[in-house]
Amino acid sequence: MPEIHLWSGLRSLADGKEVVEVEGKTVRQVLDDLVAKHPALAPAIAAGVSVAVDGEILPSNKAEPVDEDSEIFLLNKLRGG
Amino acid sequence: MALDGSKPQFKLLGTRPNRPDGLDKVTGRARYGADLNAPGQLHGAILRSPHAHARIVSIDASKALALKGVKAVVTRADFATGLTGDDWNMQENCMAGEKALYDGHAVAAVAATTPLLAKDAAKLIEVEYEILPHVTDVDEAMKEGAPVIRDGAADYSVPDGLHPNVVRYYENGKGDLEAGFAEADLIVERSFKTEAAHQGYIEPHACLAQLGTDGQGELWCCTQGHWFVRQMCTAALGIETSQLKVTPSEIGGGFGGKTTVFIDPVALALSRKAGGTPVKLVMSRSEVLRATGPTASASMDIKMGMTKDGRITAASGVFRMQGGAFPGAPVDVTTDLAFANYRIENVHHVGYDVMTNRPKQAAYRAPGAPMAAFACESVVDEMATKLGIDPLDIRLKNGVVEGDRSTYGPKVKKVGLIETLEAAKAHPNYAAPLGPNQGRGVASGYWMNWGGDTSASVAIGEDGAVAVTVGTPDIGGSRASMALMAAETFGIPYENVRVHIADTASLGINEPTHGSRATFASGLAVIQSAKECIQKMCVRAAEKWDIDPDAVTWEDGFAKPSGPNAGDFEPLSIAEIAGEMSDTGGPIAGHFEANPGKFGGSFGTHVVDVEVDPETGRTTILRYLVVQDAGKAIHPSYVEGQFQGGAVQGIGWALNEEYVYGPDGRLQNPIFLDYRVPVASDLPMIDTVIVEVPNPGHPYGVRGVGETGITPPLPAIANAVAAATGVRFTELPLSPPKVLAGIKAAKHA
Amino acid sequence: MSKIHVTTTVNGDEVEYLCDPRETLLDCLRDRVGMMGVKEGCGTGDCGACSVTVDGRLVCSCLMLGAEAEGKEIGTIEGMADGDQLHPLQQKFIEHAALQCGICTPGILVAAEALLKKNPDPTETELRYWLAGNLCRCTGYDKIIRAVMDAAADMREAS
Repeated sequence: MPEIHLWSGLRSLADGKEVVEVEGKTVRQVLDDLVAKHPALAPAIAAGVSVAVDGEILPSNKAEPVDEDSEIFLLNKLRGG
Repeated sequence: MALDGSKPQFKLLGTRPNRPDGLDKVTGRARYGADLNAPGQLHGAILRSPHAHARIVSIDASKALALKGVKAVVTRADFATGLTGDDWNMQENCMAGEKALYDGHAVAAVAATTPLLAKDAAKLIEVEYEILPHVTDVDEAMKEGAPVIRDGAADYSVPDGLHPNVVRYYENGKGDLEAGFAEADLIVERSFKTEAAHQGYIEPHACLAQLGTDGQGELWCCTQGHWFVRQMCTAALGIETSQLKVTPSEIGGGFGGKTTVFIDPVALALSRKAGGTPVKLVMSRSEVLRATGPTASASMDIKMGMTKDGRITAASGVFRMQGGAFPGAPVDVTTDLAFANYRIENVHHVGYDVMTNRPKQAAYRAPGAPMAAFACESVVDEMATKLGIDPLDIRLKNGVVEGDRSTYGPKVKKVGLIETLEAAKAHPNYAAPLGPNQGRGVASGYWMNWGGDTSASVAIGEDGAVAVTVGTPDIGGSRASMALMAAETFGIPYENVRVHIADTASLGINEPTHGSRATFASGLAVIQSAKECIQKMCVRAAEKWDIDPDAVTWEDGFAKPSGPNAGDFEPLSIAEIAGEMSDTGGPIAGHFEANPGKFGGSFGTHVVDVEVDPETGRTTILRYLVVQDAGKAIHPSYVEGQFQGGAVQGIGWALNEEYVYGPDGRLQNPIFLDYRVPVASDLPMIDTVIVEVPNPGHPYGVRGVGETGITPPLPAIANAVAAATGVRFTELPLSPPKVLAGIKAAKHA
Repeated sequence: MSKIHVTTTVNGDEVEYLCDPRETLLDCLRDRVGMMGVKEGCGTGDCGACSVTVDGRLVCSCLMLGAEAEGKEIGTIEGMADGDQLHPLQQKFIEHAALQCGICTPGILVAAEALLKKNPDPTETELRYWLAGNLCRCTGYDKIIRAVMDAAADMREAS
């Protein structure tokens, strides 16, 4: 199952977990599943996050595919100058 | 869209043709934000708070409105209500509501028949203020008892027990910090401060706005991103996005500061109130400095551990940043990028986004990264010095390569840090002899770059010439790079391509020219659109020849029969296909709408030599070298220009530039005489080396180059000054009085 | 307030305008004469974007009143090229990529031309000090300095 890695500040909202196993085939599905498993994360996800799937930071496209063994990191929503 | 390995030899990419808009810009013809007038236009002026923090008790505009020629006055009551989140912050920043939150905060605006009359009228608007206690320093603003800027502004992330001015909290880390430090032979722990610096674009914000009572409007303005402007203005005014057309003028610099709005919604509100008459609104320099986004200021604590042979074992950082009277200091980027140059197993960092009575910070070139680089790279330098290891070697030893785990989490993709370090080491500047009071400083920096929402179109004209339309304003030569990429893709001369910047009604949405994304993302969109045109032209040729479209190839501007049909027909040029397109199926165009990822970050390494005058504390830059990974330099002159410009902005931030607030909370230096950006006589030539580690995520290997260049200068210069003086300075800017005091204190110690 | 009538010469052409006594020469050139190539970056004489020549002398037009232009010869960026023939400085700025956003370019070109008229063979240091009153935030000045030095060399050769 894909794994989502949480930044430290989020772990207290996910029962102290650093890594959460989730189900889904797209970024949207795994984020939805993450919030379903840990509803306290809802405001953090709603505030906007950037997602790195297997090292590649995805700007915003929630339809991007996620593999069965994907390593997913949540990052603060990126902005540029 | 992956790197196109089939085309290793480029005909045009990497050449240096004249930019298409060069002639307009050297003759004064190019039209910038303040250069357009409309028949019957009014002129706007904004009344700004002289107080750092004050309740607005009442606003009486009767005297202003009594002046002949004054047509409208607006206050917050003339804007939409019920906004939330970033929209509310933006609106509140453009026009104060209940409180003035910083010196220079807009409280009312007036439109009149001449600019002078508008200014006179603004002075006649009477505002009664109840002055409140204020705070402008980040550390002070977090202390118990500090004045509260706005209660309830904190988001979900802030733990209980922090001051209400702390509005966001970010914590990230991995590994075992304690074990990491236990493994270290050397531990260095220091605190750092950087002051706010302004983007300093030479063109003040300017716009010409028209909004009728039917809710339809037009706006001409200088901006990095007009779709952002459209979204923000329509939100602030409570109209639908489709009702406002925004056309970008040429833009006189932005550096992130023109990715948001300050005056545009005000001008639109004035126009609406004046019955739809166009209103021109132009900021003065002091308005720009007082009320548009400088960067955040930062207060940081760094602790790093290293083994004797120079391996970093652990790193921790605390980053407190104020972004003015609103949430938004880029504390997440500062935090994530602080140690991003290095492979470190045990890392922990914490960031605080803090509100103060200062203008709302805006993005400034690699927002958040230079502060962190200053703190972290200063500590790495100090450790290298203490261990007697060459500063480039220590970076070569710890620098990230593809497959490493980054300090902020994800695995590192293909990047060029090591290549920049090796090129810096091989450069003659690194071997140049140094004299007394001189020192050399080294630092590296990173920006992860960006893709983002991107639309473009490419259309074939009747004569085979190509019109490229993009939505990213040309802020530093991007028309040239777009034309080069289109011409390369088609295999036609550069001169046969003309690049246009579309208004908001002519393409799908686009993010601004920000995040170092224009050449990457709009470039990718142009290439993709051109390929769509080529594919269509191949089909037209195949139909004409009555062969399978798959048996047609495109080469150097011609459709050619291939495979079993090779040589059967004379190749058809783009001009020939275009000339008969009306008879072969109609217009030929390609377009692209997506938000490309795989933007590929860019590392840079800078080497600077300085001389510090022990009598005055003045630092002179003797030599400056920028080495940076461009992936593929489409137009090398403009890539070098980004390197040089970023470096010099960093030099200004390191040596001179700072926001100075008095005890009254007023900005003390709101003109260029006192907010001193680097001038030509301050500087040597800025040497550059373009490293090209192609980005696998772009057909021609492009990485954005705009922002990385401002990241290494702050620490590189501080490290050079430390080498020249033997004193480690931890607060920027390194202004002569500060350096002199440091030298004297070290002598007495 | 009654307006002042001014007759002056801009880029060789006689022009007339009415101006408020408080209006700067910069305001008048832009709003009354239509010379939009003259830019305002600061309004305090610190950035040089509004550089023009007045009777051959380089000035910041934001520091002079429009009324003071009476009877003067004003030169702006619009008068720099000779018809369709660019001045060598203009040509070299394009070739050397000496502009990024281009907002400071008119002022820097006017300032550089004024220097080369006085000193056709400046050292790099002389040029850097002469241009110290013209801010450029994009380029770091490197390519600007190279373009002016290159243009100066060409102009010396041609003369």
